[in-house]
Amino acid sequence: MARIVGMNGDTAVAYAVKQADVDVIAAYPITPQTIIVEKLSEYVNNGELNAAYVPVESEHSALSACVGASLAGARVFTATASQGLALMYEILYIASSLRTTIVMALGNRAFSAPINIHCSHDDAYAVRDAGWIELFAENVQEAYDLTFQAFRIAEDKNVLFPTIVNLDGFILTHSLEGVNVFEDEEIPKFLPPKEPVNPIDPEKPVSYGPLDLFDYYIEHKKQQAEALKASYPHILKVFEEFREFSGRSYKPLKTLSMEDAEVAVIILGSAAGTVRDVVRKLREKGEKVGVVSLTLYRPFPQEELVKVLKGVKAVAVMDRSYSYGSPGAQLFMDVAATLINVRDKPLLFNVIYGLGGRDLKPEHVVQVFEHAKKVAKEGEVPEKEVWIGVRE
Amino acid sequence: MIEVRWHGRGGQGVVTSSELLARAVLREGKYVQHFPEFGPERRGAPVRAFTRIDDKPIDIHYGIYEPDIVVVIDPVLLSTNVEGILSGLKNGGYLILNTTKVPEGIARIAKEKDLKVYTVDAHKIALEVFNRPLYNTPMLGALVKATGLASLDSVLKALEERFKGEILEKNKIAVKRAYEEVVKYEV
Amino acid sequence: MKYKTWKDLPIGAVIPEPGSSVEYKTGTWRTFKPVIDQDKCIRCLLCWVSCPEPSIRRHEENRVSVDYDFCKGCGICANICPVKAIEMVSEL
Repeated sequence: MARIVGMNGDTAVAYAVKQADVDVIAAYPITPQTIIVEKLSEYVNNGELNAAYVPVESEHSALSACVGASLAGARVFTATASQGLALMYEILYIASSLRTTIVMALGNRAFSAPINIHCSHDDAYAVRDAGWIELFAENVQEAYDLTFQAFRIAEDKNVLFPTIVNLDGFILTHSLEGVNVFEDEEIPKFLPPKEPVNPIDPEKPVSYGPLDLFDYYIEHKKQQAEALKASYPHILKVFEEFREFSGRSYKPLKTLSMEDAEVAVIILGSAAGTVRDVVRKLREKGEKVGVVSLTLYRPFPQEELVKVLKGVKAVAVMDRSYSYGSPGAQLFMDVAATLINVRDKPLLFNVIYGLGGRDLKPEHVVQVFEHAKKVAKEGEVPEKEVWIGVRE
Repeated sequence: MIEVRWHGRGGQGVVTSSELLARAVLREGKYVQHFPEFGPERRGAPVRAFTRIDDKPIDIHYGIYEPDIVVVIDPVLLSTNVEGILSGLKNGGYLILNTTKVPEGIARIAKEKDLKVYTVDAHKIALEVFNRPLYNTPMLGALVKATGLASLDSVLKALEERFKGEILEKNKIAVKRAYEEVVKYEV
Repeated sequence: MKYKTWKDLPIGAVIPEPGSSVEYKTGTWRTFKPVIDQDKCIRCLLCWVSCPEPSIRRHEENRVSVDYDFCKGCGICANICPVKAIEMVSEL
């Protein structure tokens, strides 16, 4: 019997982390993720969750504590956003290179300056090169579901990479929606206790994080690169097992009306649903439009994306961030690099939207599709970069 | 889909009332979103909250600009923020007010827009029940009576998710009284 | 020495044989080597405390000797010795 509980994104993540029975939480509160760590500290304090909650003095220390705990064999969780993620930056690469299995919730928030507490994907993109697996939730149910899947993925012996669940700041972290929750006793069927690999063991000592110069560093990096690529089919397997467990299906790419689409939008996060809603309405008018959103952002689902974009004439790649001085914002560059050697590829342009929580309304999405139709019709891209919802 | 916008001021529980409506509606098997308007949280400053309700899953995530229903839990806003209260409210929509007397300006626009206006003296109810100007739960009682968005029973159960003991009992009384006392204002 | 490929290495750059740095003999880096005059030595252990490597070995009754497998010949021990019991002698 399904049990629906009204929860906001933060509460849903905290509840999933509690049900995942984590051993160690080290986190520092920052808006819009604060509710997650507040809830978890309550659970620990009330005895509802038997975990070590490590109160730290900064995000740098939070992630450092998580690295140690993960290597010791613990199931570990942290959460942060924006400036907090920036302060973790040094440890992000260490966490992945040491193959820890930390799960992090990232309440996506714009980087300063100016100070803004609302949603951009700056922080999510800041991790794109760091060797973490990144998942994007599009609603509160997905934030809850993906948290369980993140633990399974990170701790899978064929994966062993730290994993982030991105949820849009405020739009998901602070919005209440109905969530179909599991009963505690069901969880081990999908997420059994962690089986540590190379745990810190005084009887069998090993050295972690040694100096590694030109004689071995590049081998270690090549190994890490190949391991993240090789994790892909195992991530799909976790998605599939989650579907069997819950009845809810997750895929690297979510598509709507892509079969015969002539123009399409590619997007991440909570705005995907708004685009889908517009696509449904435009389809009723007979327009051949479609939308792709990515649940799995790293490793990037290249082959699937090439497949779904086959036959599409123009694609608007929508970024809720900006990459200053780059040939395009982050998702745009990912998509462009994915398609670079494909014959008969669609024309691409980059849409910058929603920075700092600026609402993406249906009329904005209609504008994007109008632009895409023009590109498709004329066969050229007059403006590679289009800002939408900005006062000119 | 039905969209509700709540107006109040910081400290009056405007966000809680939207959340309680969401919880009540969830109990009836509907789909719901509730989100506050975010900014600096200051006691006394105008605050809004939003509830979106549908019979099918809600895929969209953007603000509510053209609500079907506006609930004003704070009587002061009826004189200080008329434009804000009526902004985007659909023709034929509902306006639920905490007042004994509908101000003339609002009455005129209500007539033009063919609004269904309901009033309740939540100020009096709050002072009698809580001894404090807590308008949120009585306004929720008035809203569900006027619109039928949720049953009284679902609202009372939603209160149980959120409150305990004496506070729960007082809120139940406040909701029931407003449910009984809300009246339709003939525009 | 045969170097391993990326396929052979343990994951996460761990070193499964702890303390493997002893296999790396730094004694070949010296130009001068410290030689201790045991008759002058007053067993104060300042050299033992100060050696950065550390390759001054401590024995019974606080007698000291140099581990030439690892001593890099920096001369700190000779410099710190209060009775000039350590002489830096050319390896050439």
